[in-house]
Amino acid sequence: MAGGRALPAHPDFTARFAAGLRDGILPPGLTAKMPDEAARRFAVYRNNVAIGLIDALAARFPVIRRLLGEDFFRAMARVFAETHRPRSPVLLDWGADLPGFLETFPPLAAHPYLADIARIEHARGLAFHAADRPPLLPAALAGADPSRLRLCLHPSVQVLRLAHPAVSIWAANQPGRDPGGPFPPAAETALILRDTRFDVPVAAIGPGDAALVEALRTGAPLTAAAHRAATAQPAHDPQPILVRLMQAGALITPGRTDDETPDPQPEPGACPCSE
Amino acid sequence: MTVLPNAAGVGFKPQHFAAIRETAARIGFFEVHAENYMGAGGLPHAQLTALRADFPISLHGVGLSIGGAGPLDADHLARLRALIDRYQPESFSEHLAWSSHGAEYLNDLLPLPYTGETLAIVCDHVDAVQQALGRRMLLENPATCVLFAQSTIPEVDFLSEISRRTGCGLLLDINNVFVSASNHRTDPRAYLADFPMDRVGEIHLGGHDSEDLPSGPLLIDTHGSPVADPVWTLYAEVIARIGPRPTLVEWDNDLPDWPVLAAEADRAQAILDGGGQGLARAS
Repeated sequence: MAGGRALPAHPDFTARFAAGLRDGILPPGLTAKMPDEAARRFAVYRNNVAIGLIDALAARFPVIRRLLGEDFFRAMARVFAETHRPRSPVLLDWGADLPGFLETFPPLAAHPYLADIARIEHARGLAFHAADRPPLLPAALAGADPSRLRLCLHPSVQVLRLAHPAVSIWAANQPGRDPGGPFPPAAETALILRDTRFDVPVAAIGPGDAALVEALRTGAPLTAAAHRAATAQPAHDPQPILVRLMQAGALITPGRTDDETPDPQPEPGACPCSE
Repeated sequence: MTVLPNAAGVGFKPQHFAAIRETAARIGFFEVHAENYMGAGGLPHAQLTALRADFPISLHGVGLSIGGAGPLDADHLARLRALIDRYQPESFSEHLAWSSHGAEYLNDLLPLPYTGETLAIVCDHVDAVQQALGRRMLLENPATCVLFAQSTIPEVDFLSEISRRTGCGLLLDINNVFVSASNHRTDPRAYLADFPMDRVGEIHLGGHDSEDLPSGPLLIDTHGSPVADPVWTLYAEVIARIGPRPTLVEWDNDLPDWPVLAAEADRAQAILDGGGQGLARAS
Protein backbone atom coordinates (compact mmCIF):
# COMPACT_ATOMS: atom_id res chain seq x y z
CA MET A 1 0.00 0.00 0.00
CA ALA A 2 1.59 3.21 -1.18
CA GLY A 3 1.73 6.47 0.70
CA GLY A 4 1.43 4.95 4.15
CA ARG A 5 -2.34 4.70 3.77
CA ALA A 6 -3.81 2.50 6.48
CA LEU A 7 -4.95 -0.89 5.30
CA PRO A 8 -8.73 -1.32 5.48
CA ALA A 9 -10.35 -2.34 8.67
CA HIS A 10 -12.35 -5.54 8.90
CA PRO A 11 -15.82 -4.33 7.73
CA ASP A 12 -14.27 -2.85 4.63
CA PHE A 13 -12.09 -5.92 4.11
CA THR A 14 -15.02 -8.34 4.22
CA ALA A 15 -17.13 -6.07 1.98
CA ARG A 16 -14.38 -5.97 -0.64
CA PHE A 17 -13.70 -9.69 -0.32
CA ALA A 18 -17.41 -10.45 -0.80
CA ALA A 19 -17.55 -8.12 -3.82
CA GLY A 20 -14.45 -9.78 -5.23
CA LEU A 21 -16.13 -13.19 -5.08
CA ARG A 22 -18.43 -11.80 -7.79
CA ASP A 23 -16.21 -9.48 -9.81
CA GLY A 24 -12.81 -11.11 -9.31
CA ILE A 25 -11.14 -7.94 -8.00
CA LEU A 26 -8.63 -8.96 -5.34
CA PRO A 27 -9.43 -7.83 -1.79
CA PRO A 28 -6.87 -5.41 -0.35
CA GLY A 29 -3.83 -7.04 1.19
CA LEU A 30 -4.54 -10.50 -0.24
CA THR A 31 -1.24 -12.09 -1.16
CA ALA A 32 0.72 -15.33 -1.19
CA LYS A 33 4.24 -16.59 -0.68
CA MET A 34 4.66 -15.97 -4.42
CA PRO A 35 2.54 -12.80 -4.73
CA ASP A 36 1.93 -13.23 -8.45
CA GLU A 37 -0.13 -16.31 -7.58
CA ALA A 38 -2.58 -14.30 -5.47
CA ALA A 39 -5.28 -14.09 -8.14
CA ARG A 40 -5.08 -17.82 -8.87
CA ARG A 41 -5.42 -18.57 -5.18
CA PHE A 42 -8.30 -16.12 -4.66
CA ALA A 43 -10.06 -17.92 -7.50
CA VAL A 44 -10.23 -21.02 -5.28
CA TYR A 45 -12.58 -19.14 -2.94
CA ARG A 46 -14.61 -17.74 -5.85
CA ASN A 47 -14.97 -21.25 -7.19
CA ASN A 48 -15.81 -22.80 -3.80
CA VAL A 49 -18.61 -20.30 -3.18
CA ALA A 50 -20.10 -20.85 -6.63
CA ILE A 51 -19.80 -24.65 -6.58
CA GLY A 52 -21.13 -24.93 -3.05
CA LEU A 53 -24.27 -23.02 -3.96
CA ILE A 54 -24.70 -24.79 -7.30
CA ASP A 55 -24.43 -28.17 -5.57
CA ALA A 56 -26.96 -27.10 -2.94
CA LEU A 57 -29.39 -26.15 -5.69
CA ALA A 58 -28.73 -29.37 -7.59
CA ALA A 59 -29.60 -31.40 -4.50
CA ARG A 60 -32.92 -29.62 -4.11
CA PHE A 61 -33.96 -29.56 -7.80
CA PRO A 62 -32.92 -32.93 -9.28
CA VAL A 63 -35.61 -32.99 -12.00
CA ILE A 64 -34.78 -29.45 -13.16
CA ARG A 65 -31.18 -30.66 -13.35
CA ARG A 66 -32.13 -33.72 -15.36
CA LEU A 67 -34.33 -31.74 -17.74
CA LEU A 68 -31.70 -29.07 -18.38
CA GLY A 69 -28.70 -31.36 -18.50
CA GLU A 70 -25.65 -30.97 -16.27
CA ASP A 71 -23.86 -28.17 -18.16
CA PHE A 72 -26.93 -26.02 -18.71
CA PHE A 73 -28.12 -26.57 -15.14
CA ARG A 74 -24.79 -25.52 -13.63
CA ALA A 75 -24.58 -22.42 -15.83
CA MET A 76 -28.14 -21.46 -14.90
CA ALA A 77 -27.54 -22.21 -11.21
CA ARG A 78 -24.43 -20.05 -11.21
CA VAL A 79 -26.43 -17.08 -12.47
CA PHE A 80 -29.19 -17.76 -9.94
CA ALA A 81 -26.71 -18.08 -7.06
CA GLU A 82 -25.05 -14.79 -7.94
CA THR A 83 -28.35 -12.94 -8.18
CA HIS A 84 -30.22 -14.70 -5.36
CA ARG A 85 -27.69 -15.30 -2.61
CA PRO A 86 -29.03 -17.27 0.36
CA ARG A 87 -30.21 -15.01 3.18
CA SER A 88 -29.53 -17.59 5.88
CA PRO A 89 -26.90 -20.22 6.70
CA VAL A 90 -29.75 -22.73 6.65
CA LEU A 91 -29.85 -23.79 3.01
CA LEU A 92 -32.64 -26.32 3.48
CA ASP A 93 -35.24 -23.98 2.01
CA TRP A 94 -33.05 -21.90 -0.28
CA GLY A 95 -34.44 -21.83 -3.81
CA ALA A 96 -37.95 -20.50 -3.18
CA ASP A 97 -37.19 -17.88 -5.84
CA LEU A 98 -36.08 -20.38 -8.46
CA PRO A 99 -39.55 -20.83 -10.11
CA GLY A 100 -39.88 -17.09 -10.66
CA PHE A 101 -36.29 -16.91 -11.87
CA LEU A 102 -36.88 -19.68 -14.42
CA GLU A 103 -40.00 -17.91 -15.72
CA THR A 104 -37.95 -14.85 -16.61
CA PHE A 105 -34.62 -16.47 -17.58
CA PRO A 106 -34.41 -15.62 -21.30
CA PRO A 107 -32.62 -18.81 -22.44
CA LEU A 108 -35.57 -20.84 -21.07
CA ALA A 109 -38.39 -18.70 -22.45
CA ALA A 110 -39.55 -21.58 -24.67
CA HIS A 111 -39.97 -23.91 -21.66
CA PRO A 112 -42.51 -22.28 -19.36
CA TYR A 113 -43.36 -25.59 -17.62
CA LEU A 114 -39.97 -25.60 -15.89
CA ALA A 115 -41.18 -23.09 -13.30
CA ASP A 116 -43.96 -25.50 -12.31
CA ILE A 117 -41.47 -28.36 -12.00
CA ALA A 118 -39.39 -26.13 -9.72
CA ARG A 119 -42.51 -25.35 -7.66
CA ILE A 120 -43.04 -29.07 -7.13
CA GLU A 121 -39.41 -29.64 -6.15
CA HIS A 122 -39.37 -26.69 -3.75
CA ALA A 123 -42.61 -27.90 -2.14
CA ARG A 124 -41.10 -31.37 -1.74
CA GLY A 125 -38.17 -29.83 0.13
CA LEU A 126 -40.54 -28.00 2.45
CA ALA A 127 -42.51 -31.21 3.04
CA PHE A 128 -39.33 -33.21 3.73
CA HIS A 129 -38.33 -30.82 6.52
CA ALA A 130 -41.83 -29.97 7.82
CA ALA A 131 -42.56 -30.36 11.51
CA ASP A 132 -43.41 -33.76 12.95
CA ARG A 133 -46.99 -34.35 14.10
CA PRO A 134 -48.52 -37.60 15.39
CA PRO A 135 -50.91 -39.20 12.88
CA LEU A 136 -54.61 -39.38 13.57
CA LEU A 137 -55.72 -42.79 14.76
CA PRO A 138 -58.80 -44.14 12.98
CA ALA A 139 -60.43 -44.82 16.35
CA ALA A 140 -60.52 -41.07 16.95
CA LEU A 141 -63.14 -40.76 14.22
CA ALA A 142 -65.50 -43.35 15.64
CA GLY A 143 -68.90 -41.83 16.29
CA ALA A 144 -67.81 -38.36 15.22
CA ASP A 145 -70.44 -35.98 13.82
CA PRO A 146 -69.16 -35.09 10.30
CA SER A 147 -70.94 -31.73 10.37
CA ARG A 148 -68.79 -30.71 13.33
CA LEU A 149 -65.66 -32.82 12.76
CA ARG A 150 -62.59 -30.90 11.63
CA LEU A 151 -59.72 -32.94 10.29
CA CYS A 152 -56.24 -31.48 10.71
CA LEU A 153 -53.66 -31.77 7.95
CA HIS A 154 -50.02 -32.54 8.58
CA PRO A 155 -47.88 -29.43 8.01
CA SER A 156 -46.18 -31.16 5.05
CA VAL A 157 -49.42 -31.30 3.03
CA GLN A 158 -49.51 -28.88 0.09
CA VAL A 159 -51.77 -28.46 -2.93
CA LEU A 160 -50.18 -26.80 -5.96
CA ARG A 161 -52.39 -25.65 -8.83
CA LEU A 162 -50.12 -25.70 -11.85
CA ALA A 163 -50.67 -24.31 -15.34
CA HIS A 164 -48.67 -27.07 -17.03
CA PRO A 165 -48.65 -30.91 -16.92
CA ALA A 166 -45.82 -30.64 -14.43
CA VAL A 167 -46.79 -33.59 -12.25
CA SER A 168 -46.69 -35.88 -15.30
CA ILE A 169 -43.34 -34.48 -16.42
CA TRP A 170 -41.94 -34.69 -12.88
CA ALA A 171 -43.03 -38.32 -12.56
CA ALA A 172 -41.60 -39.26 -15.96
CA ASN A 173 -38.23 -37.79 -15.00
CA GLN A 174 -37.55 -39.76 -11.86
CA PRO A 175 -34.23 -41.65 -11.77
CA GLY A 176 -34.24 -44.68 -14.03
CA ARG A 177 -37.39 -43.69 -15.89
CA ASP A 178 -37.70 -42.90 -19.55
CA PRO A 179 -38.87 -39.29 -19.76
CA GLY A 180 -41.44 -40.28 -22.37
CA GLY A 181 -43.74 -37.57 -23.61
CA PRO A 182 -44.94 -35.61 -25.41
CA PHE A 183 -47.07 -34.03 -22.69
CA PRO A 184 -50.12 -32.26 -24.15
CA PRO A 185 -50.81 -28.86 -22.62
CA ALA A 186 -52.98 -29.32 -19.53
CA ALA A 187 -53.26 -27.76 -16.12
CA GLU A 188 -52.52 -30.16 -13.25
CA THR A 189 -52.96 -29.99 -9.51
CA ALA A 190 -50.30 -31.59 -7.33
CA LEU A 191 -50.81 -33.10 -3.89
CA ILE A 192 -47.53 -33.19 -1.99
CA LEU A 193 -47.04 -34.64 1.46
CA ARG A 194 -44.53 -36.51 3.59
CA ASP A 195 -45.66 -40.00 4.49
CA THR A 196 -44.85 -42.03 7.57
CA ARG A 197 -41.74 -43.51 5.90
CA PHE A 198 -40.43 -39.98 5.24
CA ASP A 199 -41.02 -40.35 1.50
CA VAL A 200 -42.46 -37.31 -0.27
CA PRO A 201 -44.68 -38.57 -3.12
CA VAL A 202 -46.23 -36.23 -5.67
CA ALA A 203 -49.69 -37.05 -7.02
CA ALA A 204 -51.95 -35.40 -9.57
CA ILE A 205 -55.39 -34.95 -8.05
CA GLY A 206 -58.72 -33.86 -9.47
CA PRO A 207 -60.65 -30.69 -8.69
CA GLY A 208 -62.83 -32.35 -6.04
CA ASP A 209 -59.88 -33.75 -4.07
CA ALA A 210 -58.07 -30.43 -4.37
CA ALA A 211 -61.06 -28.47 -3.09
CA LEU A 212 -61.50 -30.89 -0.20
CA VAL A 213 -57.87 -30.68 0.94
CA GLU A 214 -57.83 -26.92 0.61
CA ALA A 215 -61.06 -26.67 2.61
CA LEU A 216 -59.61 -28.86 5.36
CA ARG A 217 -56.58 -26.62 5.38
CA THR A 218 -58.77 -23.62 6.15
CA GLY A 219 -60.33 -25.46 9.08
CA ALA A 220 -63.67 -26.25 7.46
CA PRO A 221 -65.70 -29.05 9.08
CA LEU A 222 -65.74 -32.29 7.11
CA THR A 223 -69.29 -31.86 5.80
CA ALA A 224 -68.57 -28.35 4.57
CA ALA A 225 -65.30 -29.50 2.96
CA ALA A 226 -67.11 -32.33 1.17
CA HIS A 227 -69.72 -29.84 -0.04
CA ARG A 228 -67.01 -27.62 -1.53
CA ALA A 229 -65.48 -30.68 -3.18
CA ALA A 230 -68.84 -31.60 -4.74
CA THR A 231 -69.23 -28.03 -5.97
CA ALA A 232 -65.82 -28.21 -7.64
CA GLN A 233 -66.51 -31.69 -9.03
CA PRO A 234 -70.09 -32.95 -9.16
CA ALA A 235 -70.68 -36.33 -7.51
CA HIS A 236 -67.23 -36.22 -5.90
CA ASP A 237 -66.65 -39.06 -3.43
CA PRO A 238 -64.49 -37.78 -0.54
CA GLN A 239 -63.68 -41.19 0.86
CA PRO A 240 -60.71 -42.21 -1.35
CA ILE A 241 -58.73 -39.02 -0.71
CA LEU A 242 -59.48 -39.18 3.02
CA VAL A 243 -58.29 -42.78 3.17
CA ARG A 244 -55.20 -41.86 1.22
CA LEU A 245 -54.41 -38.96 3.56
CA MET A 246 -54.94 -41.07 6.64
CA GLN A 247 -52.80 -43.94 5.36
CA ALA A 248 -49.99 -41.48 4.66
CA GLY A 249 -50.18 -40.02 8.16
CA ALA A 250 -51.28 -36.73 6.63
CA LEU A 251 -54.26 -36.41 8.96
CA ILE A 252 -52.94 -35.65 12.40
CA THR A 253 -53.96 -35.80 16.00
CA PRO A 254 -55.67 -32.58 17.05
CA GLY A 255 -54.35 -30.04 19.44
CA ARG A 256 -50.71 -30.06 18.43
CA THR A 257 -50.64 -27.81 15.38
CA ASP A 258 -49.50 -24.23 15.31
CA ASP A 259 -49.78 -23.40 11.65
CA GLU A 260 -53.48 -23.89 10.90
CA THR A 261 -55.55 -20.97 9.76
CA PRO A 262 -57.85 -20.15 12.66
CA ASP A 263 -61.55 -20.55 11.99
CA PRO A 264 -63.21 -17.18 11.67
CA GLN A 265 -66.27 -18.36 13.60
CA PRO A 266 -65.09 -21.16 15.86
CA GLU A 267 -67.66 -23.50 17.26
CA PRO A 268 -66.85 -24.27 20.87
CA GLY A 269 -65.38 -27.68 21.23
CA ALA A 270 -65.67 -28.44 17.54
CA CYS A 271 -62.28 -27.38 16.20
CA PRO A 272 -59.68 -30.02 16.94
CA CYS A 273 -56.96 -28.05 15.18
CA SER A 274 -56.86 -25.20 17.66
CA GLU A 275 -54.51 -24.83 20.64
CA MET B 1 -21.39 -31.79 31.12
CA THR B 2 -19.97 -34.91 29.52
CA VAL B 3 -17.25 -34.68 26.90
CA LEU B 4 -16.43 -36.57 23.74
CA PRO B 5 -14.55 -39.84 24.35
CA ASN B 6 -10.87 -40.07 23.48
CA ALA B 7 -11.81 -42.28 20.55
CA ALA B 8 -12.22 -42.14 16.80
CA GLY B 9 -15.46 -40.81 15.34
CA VAL B 10 -16.75 -39.98 11.89
CA GLY B 11 -18.89 -37.34 10.28
CA PHE B 12 -22.42 -38.68 9.92
CA LYS B 13 -24.02 -38.79 6.48
CA PRO B 14 -27.64 -39.93 5.98
CA GLN B 15 -26.52 -42.32 3.21
CA HIS B 16 -24.68 -44.35 5.85
CA PHE B 17 -27.51 -44.55 8.37
CA ALA B 18 -28.65 -48.10 7.59
CA ALA B 19 -25.11 -49.48 7.59
CA ILE B 20 -24.29 -47.67 10.82
CA ARG B 21 -27.29 -49.19 12.57
CA GLU B 22 -25.98 -52.65 11.76
CA THR B 23 -22.26 -52.28 12.31
CA ALA B 24 -21.27 -49.13 14.16
CA ALA B 25 -20.72 -50.29 17.69
CA ARG B 26 -17.01 -49.53 17.30
CA ILE B 27 -17.48 -45.86 16.37
CA GLY B 28 -16.56 -43.56 19.25
CA PHE B 29 -18.85 -40.67 18.29
CA PHE B 30 -20.61 -39.01 15.39
CA GLU B 31 -20.28 -35.42 14.29
CA VAL B 32 -23.05 -33.62 12.40
CA HIS B 33 -23.19 -30.25 10.71
CA ALA B 34 -25.61 -28.21 12.75
CA GLU B 35 -27.15 -26.44 9.76
CA ASN B 36 -28.38 -29.74 8.29
CA TYR B 37 -30.62 -30.22 11.34
CA MET B 38 -32.28 -26.83 11.37
CA GLY B 39 -35.42 -27.96 9.58
CA ALA B 40 -38.49 -28.40 11.76
CA GLY B 41 -38.78 -32.19 11.58
CA GLY B 42 -38.70 -35.22 9.31
CA LEU B 43 -36.02 -37.78 8.51
CA PRO B 44 -32.95 -35.74 9.61
CA HIS B 45 -34.27 -35.40 13.15
CA ALA B 46 -35.47 -39.01 13.23
CA GLN B 47 -31.97 -40.19 12.30
CA LEU B 48 -30.19 -37.86 14.69
CA THR B 49 -32.52 -38.88 17.51
CA ALA B 50 -31.67 -42.54 16.83
CA LEU B 51 -27.92 -41.82 16.71
CA ARG B 52 -28.09 -39.70 19.85
CA ALA B 53 -29.56 -42.65 21.74
CA ASP B 54 -26.53 -44.83 20.97
CA PHE B 55 -23.53 -42.53 20.52
CA PRO B 56 -21.87 -39.37 21.78
CA ILE B 57 -22.60 -36.49 19.41
CA SER B 58 -20.43 -33.58 18.30
CA LEU B 59 -22.37 -30.64 16.86
CA HIS B 60 -20.23 -28.81 14.30
CA GLY B 61 -21.41 -25.46 12.97
CA VAL B 62 -20.43 -24.10 9.58
CA GLY B 63 -22.60 -20.97 9.38
CA LEU B 64 -21.97 -18.71 12.38
CA SER B 65 -19.42 -16.49 10.60
CA ILE B 66 -17.41 -15.96 13.77
CA GLY B 67 -14.69 -14.21 11.79
CA GLY B 68 -17.10 -11.78 10.16
CA ALA B 69 -17.09 -8.07 10.85
CA GLY B 70 -20.71 -7.65 11.85
CA PRO B 71 -22.55 -8.94 14.92
CA LEU B 72 -23.45 -12.61 15.00
CA ASP B 73 -26.83 -13.66 13.57
CA ALA B 74 -29.11 -13.81 16.61
CA ASP B 75 -31.60 -16.04 14.81
CA HIS B 76 -28.86 -18.50 13.98
CA LEU B 77 -27.61 -18.53 17.56
CA ALA B 78 -31.17 -19.24 18.69
CA ARG B 79 -31.41 -22.15 16.24
CA LEU B 80 -28.14 -23.55 17.58
CA ARG B 81 -29.35 -23.18 21.15
CA ALA B 82 -32.54 -25.06 20.30
CA LEU B 83 -30.53 -27.91 18.72
CA ILE B 84 -28.22 -28.08 21.73
CA ASP B 85 -31.15 -28.11 24.15
CA ARG B 86 -32.81 -30.88 22.14
CA TYR B 87 -29.84 -33.18 21.55
CA GLN B 88 -27.45 -32.27 24.38
CA PRO B 89 -24.33 -32.89 22.26
CA GLU B 90 -21.06 -33.61 24.05
CA SER B 91 -19.33 -30.87 22.04
CA PHE B 92 -20.08 -27.79 19.96
CA SER B 93 -17.48 -26.44 17.57
CA GLU B 94 -17.18 -23.76 14.88
CA HIS B 95 -14.54 -22.26 12.64
CA LEU B 96 -12.07 -19.40 12.64
CA ALA B 97 -13.54 -18.09 9.40
CA TRP B 98 -16.39 -16.01 8.04
CA SER B 99 -19.22 -17.08 5.77
CA SER B 100 -21.81 -14.30 5.74
CA HIS B 101 -21.63 -10.71 4.60
CA GLY B 102 -24.52 -8.47 5.45
CA ALA B 103 -27.64 -10.52 4.81
CA GLU B 104 -25.91 -12.79 2.30
CA TYR B 105 -24.73 -16.26 3.20
CA LEU B 106 -21.72 -17.25 1.07
CA ASN B 107 -21.61 -20.95 1.95
CA ASP B 108 -17.83 -21.19 2.32
CA LEU B 109 -15.32 -20.81 5.14
CA LEU B 110 -13.51 -17.62 4.15
CA PRO B 111 -10.16 -16.43 5.54
CA LEU B 112 -9.47 -13.31 7.58
CA PRO B 113 -6.40 -11.23 8.38
CA TYR B 114 -4.97 -11.73 11.86
CA THR B 115 -4.71 -8.30 13.49
CA GLY B 116 -5.43 -6.73 16.85
CA GLU B 117 -8.73 -5.56 15.42
CA THR B 118 -9.86 -8.98 14.18
CA LEU B 119 -8.62 -10.63 17.39
CA ALA B 120 -10.93 -8.39 19.38
CA ILE B 121 -13.84 -9.07 17.03
CA VAL B 122 -13.41 -12.84 17.12
CA CYS B 123 -13.06 -12.84 20.92
CA ASP B 124 -16.29 -10.83 21.21
CA HIS B 125 -18.02 -13.30 18.92
CA VAL B 126 -16.75 -16.36 20.80
CA ASP B 127 -17.88 -14.76 24.06
CA ALA B 128 -21.30 -14.16 22.52
CA VAL B 129 -21.55 -17.77 21.30
CA GLN B 130 -20.58 -19.24 24.65
CA GLN B 131 -23.02 -16.97 26.44
CA ALA B 132 -25.89 -17.71 24.05
CA LEU B 133 -25.29 -21.46 24.10
CA GLY B 134 -24.49 -21.68 27.78
CA ARG B 135 -21.40 -23.78 27.18
CA ARG B 136 -17.77 -23.74 26.17
CA MET B 137 -17.14 -24.09 22.46
CA LEU B 138 -14.22 -25.34 20.40
CA LEU B 139 -12.77 -23.12 17.66
CA GLU B 140 -11.18 -24.79 14.62
CA ASN B 141 -8.02 -23.70 12.82
CA PRO B 142 -8.70 -23.01 9.13
CA ALA B 143 -7.23 -24.36 5.91
CA THR B 144 -6.16 -21.35 3.85
CA CYS B 145 -4.61 -20.78 0.46
CA VAL B 146 -3.97 -17.03 0.70
CA LEU B 147 -2.14 -14.69 3.09
CA PHE B 148 -2.89 -11.07 4.02
CA ALA B 149 -0.34 -8.29 4.07
CA GLN B 150 -2.16 -6.67 6.98
CA SER B 151 -1.80 -9.73 9.24
CA THR B 152 0.42 -8.99 12.22
CA ILE B 153 -0.22 -12.05 14.39
CA PRO B 154 0.79 -15.64 13.55
CA GLU B 155 -2.23 -17.94 13.33
CA VAL B 156 -1.18 -20.11 16.27
CA ASP B 157 -0.72 -17.04 18.48
CA PHE B 158 -4.08 -15.72 17.28
CA LEU B 159 -5.84 -18.96 18.26
CA SER B 160 -3.95 -19.20 21.56
CA GLU B 161 -4.95 -15.69 22.51
CA ILE B 162 -8.61 -16.29 21.63
CA SER B 163 -8.59 -19.40 23.81
CA ARG B 164 -6.86 -17.56 26.64
CA ARG B 165 -9.21 -14.57 26.57
CA THR B 166 -12.50 -16.41 26.06
CA GLY B 167 -11.83 -19.75 27.70
CA CYS B 168 -12.87 -21.59 24.55
CA GLY B 169 -11.23 -24.84 23.60
CA LEU B 170 -9.62 -25.49 20.23
CA LEU B 171 -10.38 -28.00 17.52
CA LEU B 172 -7.09 -28.96 15.92
CA ASP B 173 -7.66 -29.91 12.28
CA ILE B 174 -4.40 -31.59 11.30
CA ASN B 175 -5.40 -31.80 7.66
CA ASN B 176 -5.94 -28.04 7.73
CA VAL B 177 -2.51 -27.57 9.32
CA PHE B 178 -0.94 -29.63 6.56
CA VAL B 179 -2.92 -27.91 3.78
CA SER B 180 -2.11 -24.40 5.01
CA ALA B 181 1.55 -25.13 5.65
CA SER B 182 1.91 -26.70 2.23
CA ASN B 183 0.14 -23.77 0.56
CA HIS B 184 2.25 -21.18 2.38
CA ARG B 185 5.46 -23.24 2.00
CA THR B 186 5.94 -23.42 5.76
CA ASP B 187 6.63 -26.30 8.16
CA PRO B 188 3.54 -27.98 9.64
CA ARG B 189 5.66 -29.38 12.49
CA ALA B 190 6.65 -25.86 13.52
CA TYR B 191 2.96 -24.93 13.62
CA LEU B 192 2.12 -28.01 15.68
CA ALA B 193 5.07 -27.43 18.00
CA ASP B 194 3.66 -24.01 18.88
CA PHE B 195 0.01 -25.05 19.05
CA PRO B 196 -1.48 -24.85 22.58
CA MET B 197 -2.21 -28.57 22.85
CA ASP B 198 -3.64 -28.25 26.36
CA ARG B 199 -6.60 -26.44 24.80
CA VAL B 200 -7.36 -29.12 22.21
CA GLY B 201 -10.75 -30.77 22.78
CA GLU B 202 -10.97 -32.54 19.43
CA ILE B 203 -8.83 -33.38 16.41
CA HIS B 204 -10.07 -33.44 12.83
CA LEU B 205 -8.60 -35.52 10.01
CA GLY B 206 -9.79 -35.39 6.42
CA GLY B 207 -8.78 -35.66 2.80
CA HIS B 208 -7.60 -32.88 0.52
CA ASP B 209 -7.24 -32.27 -3.18
CA SER B 210 -4.31 -30.78 -5.09
CA GLU B 211 -3.77 -28.45 -8.03
CA ASP B 212 -0.50 -27.36 -9.61
CA LEU B 213 0.72 -23.77 -9.38
CA PRO B 214 4.04 -22.50 -10.78
CA SER B 215 5.52 -22.44 -7.28
CA GLY B 216 4.28 -25.92 -6.42
CA PRO B 217 1.10 -27.66 -5.31
CA LEU B 218 -1.97 -25.83 -4.09
CA LEU B 219 -3.93 -28.00 -1.65
CA ILE B 220 -7.65 -27.64 -1.10
CA ASP B 221 -9.46 -29.22 1.86
CA THR B 222 -12.19 -30.93 -0.13
CA HIS B 223 -12.94 -33.75 2.36
CA GLY B 224 -13.60 -35.95 -0.63
CA SER B 225 -10.88 -38.61 -0.30
CA PRO B 226 -8.99 -40.67 2.29
CA VAL B 227 -6.76 -38.93 4.81
CA ALA B 228 -3.36 -38.39 3.18
CA ASP B 229 -0.32 -40.28 4.49
CA PRO B 230 1.60 -37.16 5.63
CA VAL B 231 -1.47 -36.15 7.66
CA TRP B 232 -1.58 -39.58 9.31
CA THR B 233 2.10 -39.17 10.19
CA LEU B 234 1.55 -35.75 11.74
CA TYR B 235 -1.46 -37.11 13.64
CA ALA B 236 0.53 -39.99 15.08
CA GLU B 237 3.24 -37.57 16.16
CA VAL B 238 0.69 -35.36 17.91
CA ILE B 239 -0.93 -38.30 19.71
CA ALA B 240 2.48 -39.60 20.78
CA ARG B 241 3.21 -36.17 22.22
CA ILE B 242 -0.10 -35.22 23.90
CA GLY B 243 -1.93 -38.52 24.42
CA PRO B 244 -5.33 -39.52 23.07
CA ARG B 245 -7.92 -36.97 22.01
CA PRO B 246 -11.37 -37.32 20.43
CA THR B 247 -10.55 -37.69 16.73
CA LEU B 248 -12.91 -37.21 13.83
CA VAL B 249 -12.52 -38.41 10.25
CA GLU B 250 -14.35 -35.98 7.93
CA TRP B 251 -15.59 -37.11 4.54
CA ASP B 252 -18.15 -34.72 3.07
CA ASN B 253 -17.95 -35.11 -0.73
CA ASP B 254 -17.73 -38.09 -3.10
CA LEU B 255 -18.91 -40.23 -0.22
CA PRO B 256 -17.52 -43.76 -0.03
CA ASP B 257 -19.46 -46.78 1.14
CA TRP B 258 -19.61 -47.09 4.90
CA PRO B 259 -16.87 -49.74 5.25
CA VAL B 260 -14.33 -47.40 3.63
CA LEU B 261 -15.13 -44.60 6.06
CA ALA B 262 -15.24 -47.01 8.99
CA ALA B 263 -11.78 -48.25 8.00
CA GLU B 264 -10.47 -44.68 8.21
CA ALA B 265 -11.87 -44.47 11.73
CA ASP B 266 -10.28 -47.82 12.56
CA ARG B 267 -6.92 -46.45 11.44
CA ALA B 268 -7.31 -43.43 13.71
CA GLN B 269 -8.40 -45.68 16.57
CA ALA B 270 -5.32 -47.87 16.07
CA ILE B 271 -3.11 -44.81 16.41
CA LEU B 272 -4.97 -43.74 19.54
CA ASP B 273 -4.69 -47.24 21.00
CA GLY B 274 -0.99 -47.38 20.20
CA GLY B 275 -0.24 -44.01 21.77
CA GLY B 276 0.84 -42.68 18.41
CA GLN B 277 2.78 -45.84 17.64
CA GLY B 278 -0.02 -47.54 15.70
CA LEU B 279 0.75 -45.95 12.37
CA ALA B 280 2.86 -48.70 10.86
CA ARG B 281 0.52 -51.42 12.06
CA ALA B 282 -2.54 -49.71 10.62
CA SER B 283 -1.02 -48.70 7.31
